[in-house]
Amino acid sequence: MAAIIELENISKHYSPTIIGVDKVSLAVEDGEFVTLLGPSGCGKSTLLRMIGGFEEPTAGTIRLADKDVTWDPPYKREVNMVFQDYALFPHMTVGQNVAYGLKTMKVAKSEIATHVRDALTLVGLYDKVDQRPQQLSGGQRQRIALARAIVRKPKVLLLDEPLSALDAKLREQMQLELKHLHEKVGITFIMVTHDQGEALVMSDRVVVMEKGRIAQQGKPQDLYDHPASPYVANFIGTTNFLPGQMAATGAGLVSIEIGAGTISALPDVALPKGGVVTVGFRPEKARLLAEGETAENILEGKIAEVIYYGLGLRVAVELANGERVSVDSLLPDRLARSAVPVVGAPARVAVEPHNVFVFEGSVAP
Amino acid sequence: MTLIRRNLAGALILGIPFLWIALFMLLPYGIIVTYSFWIKTYPTFKPAFQFGNYLTLFTDPQYLQVMLRTLKIALLVSLCSFLLAYPFAFYLVFRCKSAALRTWLYMAVIAPLWVSYLLRAYVWKTILGTEGILNSFLMSVGIIDQPSDIFLYNQFAMVVTLTYIFIPFMVMPIYTALEKIPLNLTEASADLGMGPWRSFWHVTLPLSLPGVAAGFTLTFCLSFGDFVAPFLVGGPDGNLMANVIATQFGAALNWPLGSALAIVMLVVVLSIVSMSDRLERKGAAGGF
Repeated sequence: MAAIIELENISKHYSPTIIGVDKVSLAVEDGEFVTLLGPSGCGKSTLLRMIGGFEEPTAGTIRLADKDVTWDPPYKREVNMVFQDYALFPHMTVGQNVAYGLKTMKVAKSEIATHVRDALTLVGLYDKVDQRPQQLSGGQRQRIALARAIVRKPKVLLLDEPLSALDAKLREQMQLELKHLHEKVGITFIMVTHDQGEALVMSDRVVVMEKGRIAQQGKPQDLYDHPASPYVANFIGTTNFLPGQMAATGAGLVSIEIGAGTISALPDVALPKGGVVTVGFRPEKARLLAEGETAENILEGKIAEVIYYGLGLRVAVELANGERVSVDSLLPDRLARSAVPVVGAPARVAVEPHNVFVFEGSVAP
Repeated sequence: MTLIRRNLAGALILGIPFLWIALFMLLPYGIIVTYSFWIKTYPTFKPAFQFGNYLTLFTDPQYLQVMLRTLKIALLVSLCSFLLAYPFAFYLVFRCKSAALRTWLYMAVIAPLWVSYLLRAYVWKTILGTEGILNSFLMSVGIIDQPSDIFLYNQFAMVVTLTYIFIPFMVMPIYTALEKIPLNLTEASADLGMGPWRSFWHVTLPLSLPGVAAGFTLTFCLSFGDFVAPFLVGGPDGNLMANVIATQFGAALNWPLGSALAIVMLVVVLSIVSMSDRLERKGAAGGF
């Protein structure tokens, strides 16, 4: 597979101190679904708008299918954008909205209706062809916006926080629909979102951005299981962070001194003995031990808080040195009320070494 | 007790404006409508119910000409205002990068509204007259060697003067309409392959039409009923409907005919207003 979009050292500096995007290089494969993920202000939307041609980079090159398009205006690029609030034309019907982008393409007048019907059928809204966008619900408008962009068969489809205006239930449904649509049409999708759940569900590859730069990129599962920095570990999923110091280095398995005891881990990189590190583990990868049960890594403390969220429990455990960690536990069944931990009771938290992250330095986010 | 007092207060708050409207608006309308059916019998008028006055207006070429002239002037003023105001408002909303400059320019257009209308009309007399600024300028540049009287006292002078006076009423609604158009609609249009001109034609212009309609209504109605510009810069052939009405109530002493003319004017203005109102409502409901 060849790269359809290539960004080479793309920068957007508003002034010497205000930096939107800083030397980002990224290649997106043809047909890939890539998500730019990060908090607001990390430069992800600016990057997307530069690919769309709505903003010009201050340095760098953008290539679309091996052609330099860095300075091309939006209407000369074979990319299309689904805008955050859809940007449907209020003075046109749904059908006219979808047909709009075909006017400038070499499509015979007689075929426009067919293309419009196909695109609207794809998103399941052909029956709304004569309605105005204002008469439709948020989810429907979202689909019309998709149909309007896809009907032009762009090389790349850009999606700027496409689901952020929808309510939670609809958002979940649209996530899957978008993913299926991507599989069906085979167009490259580049999406911007601040919602890590969305990014994990939909993408082939997630690009995590931090302060205008790429912090880490990879398959959703790789990012989740092997975050390169506390920033990524914290942004994708939830992570408990504890300050630590390398106590001993073994073959793969290392021992780390944390205030409330020692913890063994299998770090991705070799770290020197005595080095300051930050240890992390995810609440759902840890568990509370039953009485008399033994495990490899045990942290002792007492229950500080129990939060019920339907699917299970999130238990905050206060360790001997005052640090708090969260542990998730699923309730086995509806009768398991007695299994709910009591605040103040002693608790032992176990986490297996291969589930422990080790980051160099003491930069807990 | 408190109930009575409250009712009394309510009656005062609503009653006084009602009385005002009844006394100074409804009653005069009624009187004018009534007069328009009366017959002029020298030296005074006789109550009657007949359409002779209206018939005169639409058959006597003298009145027909004035009505058509007024219509023409009002349309020209609206058109000139539109052609000048739209690009200006467009520049302010979409092209002017500095917010301070935008405010300043907008205020520069609006500010003359605070100056006496009469004064603003009078100014053009000093610009266009034989002793005026335009003539002295053209003479000093050497284009003409004698002061020309072609600039003042004609319909051209009226259109210039009225356009100058009423253009803020065109700028304001267009500016507001353009400002309400989300930026991402023009971006979406560009994204869908349309260049700037076509985007303007297909997106910006149609979405700003309610503002244009409002501007046309205001400038048209205001110049349609204008009395001062013809008087100051219009010259002998520049009489408009309002001047003729004034004459009928004054020197000609034909109140019934003057009233009929006033009613015709009212009907034209009200039709324009209701048409534009319908257009705007349609625009608010999602376009044309």
